[in-house]
Amino acid sequence: MEIEELKGRFLNKDFDEREFPVRAEAMVEFALAVGETAAHYTDSSHPEFRAVPTFSARFHGRRMLPEDFPRLGGIPLDAGKAVMPQAPIRAGVTLVGRSHLHEVYEKTGRSGRMIFLVARMEVRDPDNTLVSIVDSRMVIREKPPKEEPVAGAPQ
Amino acid sequence: MTLRRFEDVEFGEELPPFEPDLTLPNVRKFARAAEMMAPRFTDHEGARKEGLPGALVPGVMSQAILVAMIHRWAENAEVEKIDTVFRAPVIADQAHRVSGVVTNLDAETRSAEIDLTVTNEAGETRVLGTARVKLA
Repeated sequence: MEIEELKGRFLNKDFDEREFPVRAEAMVEFALAVGETAAHYTDSSHPEFRAVPTFSARFHGRRMLPEDFPRLGGIPLDAGKAVMPQAPIRAGVTLVGRSHLHEVYEKTGRSGRMIFLVARMEVRDPDNTLVSIVDSRMVIREKPPKEEPVAGAPQ
Repeated sequence: MTLRRFEDVEFGEELPPFEPDLTLPNVRKFARAAEMMAPRFTDHEGARKEGLPGALVPGVMSQAILVAMIHRWAENAEVEKIDTVFRAPVIADQAHRVSGVVTNLDAETRSAEIDLTVTNEAGETRVLGTARVKLA
């Protein structure tokens, strides 16, 4: 399938929505495990208590890609993740994450065509304020060579 | 607590590296907090059954560790974006080093770009990334 056809069919159309309750205990445990030391991340009684900036990266939708997205001959591999915090995430709220396909592009080399997909989750709080944007990059190699490692790693 | 102003930061400055706690019990704590309680993250044997060399440190944990390093350098640094590539597995119970270097400064927005890496004991890069942070 051609890239332009994929873009036309799938770009910028929400394909998943999921709720994420945010607990103070999980925020503290997350922060301590990664070595944060600032009280506003590690002490739930701090007046400015909030989640660490990448807390939203742990949110996963029910689907990685739209339900009717073609298989393209390979399994999508994790090629990276970007987080763009927009506003503090506070304890005790339920956030809503909506996902859409944000970008599709290809790279062609000696080993064949690789298709890159960027699934974007926009996370909003109960006031509908955008608190975080999380981009998950996936790569599909149509013709994986035997002698070269495939981009991405299990994470 | 280290507060840092934009004027305090130099191009090419290296952030103080630190060795994160990647012991399996700590990775389990993270996995519990992140609701990622799969054997590949919580149990070496379970991970080996999936064909992995050992229990993995979740990619999002590595990413958050890199942010923690930035905050240890400048607690007031406001992360505007962090982008990471999970190049190879980070295995629990193995020593790794995280490091960062300032690669760009923008006086207009008072922001800095920082190149980030997680390397293993052999010096192999396992995770790399870039962060853009805003300073006071």
